Amino acid sequence: MGSLGHVTPASMSFDAPLPLRSGAQLSNYTLVYETYGRLNADKSNAVLVCHALNASHHVAGTYEGQPRSEGWWDNLVGPGKPLDTDRFFVIGINNPGSCFGSTGPTHPNPATDRPWGADFPVVTVEDWVQAQARLLQALGITQLAAVLGGSLGGMQALSWALQFPQRLRHCVAIATAPNLSAQNIAFNEVARRAIVTDPDFHGGHYYAHGVVPKRGLRVARMIGHITYLSDDVMEAKFGRELRAAELGYSTQEIEFQIESYLRHQGDKFSEYFDANTYLLITRALDYFDPAREHGGDLARAMAAATAKFLLVSFTTDWRFSPARSREIVKALLDNRRDVSYAEIDAPHGHDAFLLDDPRYHGVLKAYFDRIGQEVGV
Amino acid sequence: MSERKDLELIASLVPPGSRVLDLGCGRGELLAHLREHRQCTGYGIEIDDAKVLACTQRGVNVIQLNLEEGLAIFEDQSFDVVLQLDTLQHLRNTESMLRETARVGRIGIVSFPNFAHWPNRLRVLSGRMPVTRALPYEWYNTPNIRVGTYADFEVLARKNGLQVLDGFGIRQGRPVRFRPNLLSSVAVFKFARG
Repeated sequence: MGSLGHVTPASMSFDAPLPLRSGAQLSNYTLVYETYGRLNADKSNAVLVCHALNASHHVAGTYEGQPRSEGWWDNLVGPGKPLDTDRFFVIGINNPGSCFGSTGPTHPNPATDRPWGADFPVVTVEDWVQAQARLLQALGITQLAAVLGGSLGGMQALSWALQFPQRLRHCVAIATAPNLSAQNIAFNEVARRAIVTDPDFHGGHYYAHGVVPKRGLRVARMIGHITYLSDDVMEAKFGRELRAAELGYSTQEIEFQIESYLRHQGDKFSEYFDANTYLLITRALDYFDPAREHGGDLARAMAAATAKFLLVSFTTDWRFSPARSREIVKALLDNRRDVSYAEIDAPHGHDAFLLDDPRYHGVLKAYFDRIGQEVGV
Repeated sequence: MSERKDLELIASLVPPGSRVLDLGCGRGELLAHLREHRQCTGYGIEIDDAKVLACTQRGVNVIQLNLEEGLAIFEDQSFDVVLQLDTLQHLRNTESMLRETARVGRIGIVSFPNFAHWPNRLRVLSGRMPVTRALPYEWYNTPNIRVGTYADFEVLARKNGLQVLDGFGIRQGRPVRFRPNLLSSVAVFKFARG
């Protein structure tokens, strides 16, 4: 298996307003994206990879001069890898509202010429899919071989199947759910409150004050991180191990290794992630619920989909549990759609979807091989 | 049921164009055969990772589920045919699984090793558990937690209100209709809700 080597992001600007679910619109906007592999002559080998909460368009490969800049799904996407870029043309698009280049809260609000901040309109999974569809249209891709995503990315893949049934052949949704549970929304709310109650938040207009609400972001990331791991993995990695030989009898200092790890993760995250983006993305997660417009009946919602589906879940993922994936499977079965479902017995919790598990990658490779045969690559 | 002729024999019981659910579908051979030769659609249920992978490679719809947890994911009468080939003897909840099969499918088809096949009887008479092609395991390492006979199934079906539409044995890829309990290594039944 080779590496993609150096990759370079591209960007595309749109002047036609993007109407949003909220009723607001983005009058003009820019999307940053990356592509890997070659689009074939009949443009049938394109695969869109949708990013999850804290990721971006940078799916695979590295940036020149930045040795540790592998894309977030570099173990999956590349030459000879399960999503093989020798066969497929893979596209990663950064969603509006993000802090990685596409139009978002750090960009100027055309109405005020100041950064949008907290005034950036609330964006939904459906809005992102609309924006992605426009970019693909501009690239001349009328039908995707597949849309692939994990977690929040899986929700986008599902939304593709519902909003543009004719524009994708396959929908591959991993470690995802048809909507968030109350418990999940609760975690998001704690994260948001940590951010908005940070004294440096300034109602979301912290850019003007030359500060960022790092403390809030740290806590938000810590709580998120806890939920992405399984108890077993945390126990195996950290257990009750202490940093020092003796108990320090302090409530303020780091004593357990797990505290040190969480603070490190929180610090790292607060250095590069934008607080307003975190608020927006967690809200998009909360809102996603295709069954809502159908009286809560997911089977009726999924009736619109015509793609073939592959769903994958992980047994120790308690944030997007297998039971939630099975709800989607059931809704597809009720509609007699082509669906396959793999339930991978992996120990890593929700994070497993980003890790290199041979059973998980084996199923994806087999599935993409079939897609490749179908589209003739 | 890996034998090609057994597979074709079972496949011939499935009406062309059926919507099929194959419980314990293994590597998906039968579903692929039904799709190619009988224009059937449907899904396999399988728990084993390697077999799920094999189904995916074959392009067969496969759903990784534990059959011991039941078939709640499927609606009543949502399949024309539900297959349970060489699977029933591995399950703990045999009776509820049979009833579930009849609930989900208009027709159920089961097959399992017939313990009453005469070589097995001889072996037991000689004081040892049988090890044959249909029962290829030693008593201490068999995945078959149930052993039953052709005749036993008829009793079980009656007890569970199932209507047996057809029943026969298989020996060396051929159907056995004369004294199947004695003369066949595999028992096959086609049934519906009574």
